[in-house]
Amino acid sequence: MPLIRVSDLSLGYDSQIILKGLNFVVNAGDYLCIVGENGSGKSTLMKTLLHLTPPLGGKIEFSDGLSENEIGYLPQQTLVQRDFPASVKEIVLSGCQGKCGLRPFYNKAEKELAKKNMERMEIADLSNRCYRELSGGQQQRVLLARALCAAEKVLLLDEPVSGLDPVVTEKMYSLIKRLNEEQVTIIMISHDIAAAVRYATHILHIGDSIFFGTGEEYLKSKEGSLFLKKADEEEKKNG
Amino acid sequence: MDKLIMYLQHPLVLRALIVGVLIAFCSSLLGVTLVLKRFSFIGDGLSHVAFGGIAIASVCNLSNRMLIVLPVTVISAILLLRTGKSAKIKGDAAIAMISVAALAFGYLLMNLTSSSSNLSGDVCSTLFGSTSILTLTRWEVILCAVLSAATLLIFLLFYHKFFAVTFDEDFAKASGIKADRYNLLIAVIIAVIIVLAMNLVGSLLISALVIFPALSAMRLFRTFRSVTICSAVLSVTGALSGILLSILAGTPVGSTIVAVDAVLFGICFLAGKIRGIN
Repeated sequence: MPLIRVSDLSLGYDSQIILKGLNFVVNAGDYLCIVGENGSGKSTLMKTLLHLTPPLGGKIEFSDGLSENEIGYLPQQTLVQRDFPASVKEIVLSGCQGKCGLRPFYNKAEKELAKKNMERMEIADLSNRCYRELSGGQQQRVLLARALCAAEKVLLLDEPVSGLDPVVTEKMYSLIKRLNEEQVTIIMISHDIAAAVRYATHILHIGDSIFFGTGEEYLKSKEGSLFLKKADEEEKKNG
Repeated sequence: MDKLIMYLQHPLVLRALIVGVLIAFCSSLLGVTLVLKRFSFIGDGLSHVAFGGIAIASVCNLSNRMLIVLPVTVISAILLLRTGKSAKIKGDAAIAMISVAALAFGYLLMNLTSSSSNLSGDVCSTLFGSTSILTLTRWEVILCAVLSAATLLIFLLFYHKFFAVTFDEDFAKASGIKADRYNLLIAVIIAVIIVLAMNLVGSLLISALVIFPALSAMRLFRTFRSVTICSAVLSVTGALSGILLSILAGTPVGSTIVAVDAVLFGICFLAGKIRGIN
């Protein structure tokens, strides 16, 4: 039984369908990269998986072991967060909020969990620092620690390396890789197709045509070779 | 100094001080959330709605205005938050629309029906608070104390949830927090605070009471908790010294408090620059 099974899913906003006929499965321990061009519906797919946007058709099934709030989410940074006065500790702890229900304060286990995840993301020494004064890479690790507090089994990452410099990007990828080796299932939206092919076990390409399969299969596929070529050209143009 | 001590023995002045401190305290609590959620102007919009409510109440010749003003303002708060989401009329436009409409209708109503010989005086005191803080009845003081206590209690109980919802609404929703409910709760509390604060500073100056302490505190501190505590302290300081100053100097209470808040902001801004935080 796969962790998540998506069958014949249609997505979009306000009953306007932007993508239909989507099928894929995610098994425990997978590392799935979702690639595709801007506007192809990657972010909408993520929001649908998180129950923030209702699906317009088809269904998403979660296996018995996984309830819908057991998905940790690393969103793209919002404008509000840039001048938000909050310490790293406060933010990481807020990941436990879903577990609190109506209880007003965090209990010992939750504080312990937050501490553990800060150590895991190597930000324990920043715990009392102000979030907005951190570097981009540090901020992403704070949000990752928060996501881990919310859920242990599955992480959904929305462009986790956008805006980071190459060195920090590499570090971020290896952190995510390590989490995956610790049996955390990763679902990641990415622009970075080269890294996607390098790290992911499976790739979902969405756009005019849809591809789902392993990384190797993707390289041989029509969608993959086309997309890789395009990405190459862009890199040459930019660099 | 003697003059001050003499005034302090007067029960009306004491009442004004108690109410002033309570209102200032409550209004500062949610200021941080409002500023960060980019809702600064909701306070302004709602206060104009409350002005309209007062006009209706005085037309109906109600002795107890709160009975009309409170529900009207709370309902508008809920409506404003809803329109903010449905994108047909964007949040800020909706606020501007409702607030000016309420202001216009309120003044119209007062003009058409008022039996008072001093209409512009009435309007002015509703808008700027003038002396109403010094003429509070016992009942109003008790109501104010009860509502303040309720606000504080709710704030303490939901502090962490307000934080989560303010910092990242999508994440909060994804991890199972009913973000919409908390947004609604925030709006209702703000409406209550605004109705309370009208007594203190009048409807035009309420935003200052909500926004200034939060902004000042954000110049000085960097964690959510310290910013919240600091803004409460600043707000109470501002209200206390504002009321005392206005008694001594014979200036209008509301605008004196806001002026003190503005000066405090200036000081905090400079202090923040010197400490190199911003």
